Amino acid sequence: MKAGDTATGVPALEARGLVKRYGHVTALGGADVDLRAGEVLAVIGDNGAGKSTLIKCLSGAEIPDAGQIRLFGEPVRFRSPLDARDHGLETVYQNLAVAPSRDIPANLFLGRERRKPGPLGSVLRLLDKKRMREETQELLTSLGLLTIQNFSQPVETLSGGQRQGVAVARAACFGSRVIIMDEPTAALGVRESQRVLDLIREISGRGVPVILISHDMPHVFDVADRIHIQRLGRRVALVNTCDISMPDAVALMTGALHPAEIDGRSRVEHP
Amino acid sequence: MAHDTVTPHAADPPATRSAKHGLIARGQAALHTKPLLGPLVVLLLASLFFSVWVGSRFSDPLNISLIVQQVQIIGMVGIAQTLVVLTAGIDLSVGAITVLASVVMGKLAVDSGLPVLPALLLGLVTGGVCGGLNGTLVTRFRIPPFIATLGTLSVFSALTLFYSQSETIRAQDVPSLLSWPGRSIHVLGTEVTYSSLLMVGCFATVAYLLRGTAWGAHLHAVGDNPDGARLSGIRTDRVLLSVYVVAGVICGLAAWFLIGRIGSVSPQAGENLNLQSITAVVIGGTSLFGGRGHVLGTLLGSLIVGVFSSGLALAGVEALWQVFTVGVLVVVAVAADQWIRKVTA
Repeated sequence: MKAGDTATGVPALEARGLVKRYGHVTALGGADVDLRAGEVLAVIGDNGAGKSTLIKCLSGAEIPDAGQIRLFGEPVRFRSPLDARDHGLETVYQNLAVAPSRDIPANLFLGRERRKPGPLGSVLRLLDKKRMREETQELLTSLGLLTIQNFSQPVETLSGGQRQGVAVARAACFGSRVIIMDEPTAALGVRESQRVLDLIREISGRGVPVILISHDMPHVFDVADRIHIQRLGRRVALVNTCDISMPDAVALMTGALHPAEIDGRSRVEHP
Repeated sequence: MAHDTVTPHAADPPATRSAKHGLIARGQAALHTKPLLGPLVVLLLASLFFSVWVGSRFSDPLNISLIVQQVQIIGMVGIAQTLVVLTAGIDLSVGAITVLASVVMGKLAVDSGLPVLPALLLGLVTGGVCGGLNGTLVTRFRIPPFIATLGTLSVFSALTLFYSQSETIRAQDVPSLLSWPGRSIHVLGTEVTYSSLLMVGCFATVAYLLRGTAWGAHLHAVGDNPDGARLSGIRTDRVLLSVYVVAGVICGLAAWFLIGRIGSVSPQAGENLNLQSITAVVIGGTSLFGGRGHVLGTLLGSLIVGVFSSGLALAGVEALWQVFTVGVLVVVAVAADQWIRKVTA
């Protein structure tokens, strides 16, 4: 099955032959990515498989040495995270790109603050804090995150799950086309993880495709439509979640099984 | 709570203990969200203390005016220092920039025969260029701010001595525009210098920039979490460079006020400004770890230093105890900051 045969026909995000080297280390040796519109694609892989580098290349944090990226069919070359954001691609980083001492609206609008209309904004550059606060409230309500009582509290006083919620809300607010999440549940407890997984479903339910990088197999199998298995800098398999068992996925990931060997048990697409 | 009753004569029953604990925790949280609260309380208590101890010689409006005049240069340089410290950096060269800029203003206007206004503006530009050099070393060459500005401190000081030939420009030679900030107007039975008013204006302007604009939000974010700020699409190097340039220009303004304050232009003036500005920033409650604090705290911080110096001097206490007190204040302020930063949910 080709990534192109979805309802819309055009894959949301498509990467071919991405290469990234750091000195003598080849972090990515020709990796491919296929993300369909509206799906949750999980990217799994052992440590050093190149997951993080892959995500950095897709999100503009690193510039790949070779390879092509297409966003909804349009070839793109992101030079910075800002560049990727301008194209509607948002990333939730593992170590959360938040400013801990700032409040929630300030973090949601970090890097794209709203200014007051009229000369107050254009000449005096005054921020429209009221509007940012209102939009924050709207957004957190629509994402079911309104358990946070006081928006003006610094983000560092929030729990890990709430903090993650703010980071995810920021991506959901501005990532109109594609959202990438790097280990969003790694630092969270059971209930908070469920909350984030619900958020992921909520976002993909709105038609925004999500790439989820995770080590947590139950979470992956819970929420992902397809699984991208990364090993030694390349994609070794791309499978529908319902077509593979958890042990087989782990075996592919660690190299205990070769994609060819698994054919009889699970249906694996050879990339 | 078994461990509460381990001591045989536990004076506090558990109930009052937890209530006391709650009060401390609430105070900690209040200081965490309102960084100005601590320095404000200290300033008021110190003023009250000296008013009672020293009496009317301290609380006299003329003495208050004198305190403000004594701290205005530290206050101005402190604004520059606050901006840098908020980005989790430190600028050891602010005092050296100030003195260099004042010498440039004086030499151009007096010795080179340049009209006063261009001389003044070129002095401000000198401040900006010096700040730009610091910013370039920090952003482009990735030199830690402490080291970069330690180096430029020596360079700027040497340039000052070279350009001025170690000579002071006498007060009677200084053109009136350069000494204008030192003139005063009479308000409510006291004297207020123009530079005091301008200093307050500078504090208000920078407070507005920090609280009201995206530049301020980005500056705080860069100090708070530089990687996060970069990933959020903030051009962190550009923000940092702008901070050092703005700090340099503010030092240029401080240079103008310095000439107004002492009347002459001296390459030896303000040699303690580098460290005094850090003192004011720290006592004002701005965290040396970046991202946290308020520029108005620096105004309070410099006033606190001024109040202690004036109060102790008027009480006839030896000058060495003023130095001692300021040292204690700095250590206490940083310890308080460490404690306040521990607040979490």
